[in-house]
Amino acid sequence: MSIARPVSELPPLSQEEILRYSRHLIIPDVGLKGQRRLKAARVLMVGAGGLGSPIGLYLAAAGVGTLGIVEFDTVDVTNLQRQVLHGTKDVGRKKVESARERIHDVNPHVQVIPYETRLTSDNALEIIKGYDLVVDGTDNFQTRYLVNDACVILGKPNVYGSIFRFEGQSTVFCTTEGPCYRCLYPEPPPPGMVPSCAEGGVLGILPGLLGLVQATETVKLITGIGEALVGRLLLVDALRMQFRTVKLRKDPRCPACGTHEIKELVDYEQFCGIRGAEEAESVNGIPTITPVELAARRKKGDDLDLVDVREPNEWEIGRIEGARLAPLSSFAESLSTMDSARDVVVYCKVGARSARVVRQLQAAGFKRVWNLAGGINRWSEEVDPSVPRY
Amino acid sequence: MAITLRLPTVLAKAAGGQTVHQAKGATVGDVVADVSAKYPELGTRLRDAKGEPYPYVIFYLDDEDIRFQNGFKTPVPDGAEIVVVPAIAGG
Repeated sequence: MSIARPVSELPPLSQEEILRYSRHLIIPDVGLKGQRRLKAARVLMVGAGGLGSPIGLYLAAAGVGTLGIVEFDTVDVTNLQRQVLHGTKDVGRKKVESARERIHDVNPHVQVIPYETRLTSDNALEIIKGYDLVVDGTDNFQTRYLVNDACVILGKPNVYGSIFRFEGQSTVFCTTEGPCYRCLYPEPPPPGMVPSCAEGGVLGILPGLLGLVQATETVKLITGIGEALVGRLLLVDALRMQFRTVKLRKDPRCPACGTHEIKELVDYEQFCGIRGAEEAESVNGIPTITPVELAARRKKGDDLDLVDVREPNEWEIGRIEGARLAPLSSFAESLSTMDSARDVVVYCKVGARSARVVRQLQAAGFKRVWNLAGGINRWSEEVDPSVPRY
Repeated sequence: MAITLRLPTVLAKAAGGQTVHQAKGATVGDVVADVSAKYPELGTRLRDAKGEPYPYVIFYLDDEDIRFQNGFKTPVPDGAEIVVVPAIAGG
């Protein structure tokens, strides 16, 4: 598998570029031709976060001529533990801007095309069609299915990587002969089943490992060297430092690349069950209390059972004074310690896990139970800044 | 001879904190049932209400996808290794 351009279409290298890329040029497999292929290449990065950071830095250094970057987000201080494309001075800036600046510093010969937007069903085909391949560094299932289907429709390779905590997966999807993302995962897990990095955490180094696997595959596809990671899924386990590949097969029943039933992009939030889940949540109407309201009730001396459902490692970071710990992971055991005659306020980091506990308590017959809106992080912002946010 | 079942760390919590399990069974489904008997919470993460695999948790028997064999009915040779690969989306 290669998307290598014919030599007649390749741009020349300047003397400065020849010197800059000298360590590539002296590898016979890359050489002048390979470097000119890199210069001619147009790569679209979807996401400039954990995976996108090493991908952007190394593809730029390697001399990829044009890097498109789709990213709507701004740099947050919690990104810096792994998103090495952005620095402390960039906190609050648009990621596409800090990425462009950093990439320009790494290699001024690279043209960066920023797309400060979410990739959606409305813009994906238009954006992707101008590129040779896509590198998927997104952080959610709906965008991954969107990237996949757009790549199948347009016939563009999709260099895939995803991570969670200590583990990662990578492969190259959507080549003419190989499988696509839907061949591997025909349906996404229900919302909330697989925690995001924001909810579940991620070892900061891990996106570096996986992002560089993606960057390596990208360079191989562009230069036409080696054996692409097509039809094989690489599984990386950072804790045991084990790398394993399992076989991926193209599924003839796949609605995207097999039967081609999917001829246009669909509503991926609906496909991933997100819209339905939001509606169900609003119908259930979970009672909430804001941090300011909770502080006022505590000041009045109201008898409240304040329950922290985070995990013990989060409790160690900080807690609301007077709360008690009853982690979500073993909440069934804590249920017997709760008194439905008392007013119960439940909190977590930002309010999602505690909402699930409130629903469980309601199902168990608790009538006077509230979710602390925005969790301990909002409590820190609005009531007690001495409690650390994370 | 035992079969080795390898879980990702995300599922280890439901399996006594262990990612590698030795189990018995003539088919992939039997092996999953054997481990699930010890860890019922893990069972619900590996099989749906009908006892079938989820479309987002893939089983590889000696690195081959069981969906292209006989699913949970795929026979397991002695000493085989089953790797469980769930969909993750972080980036």
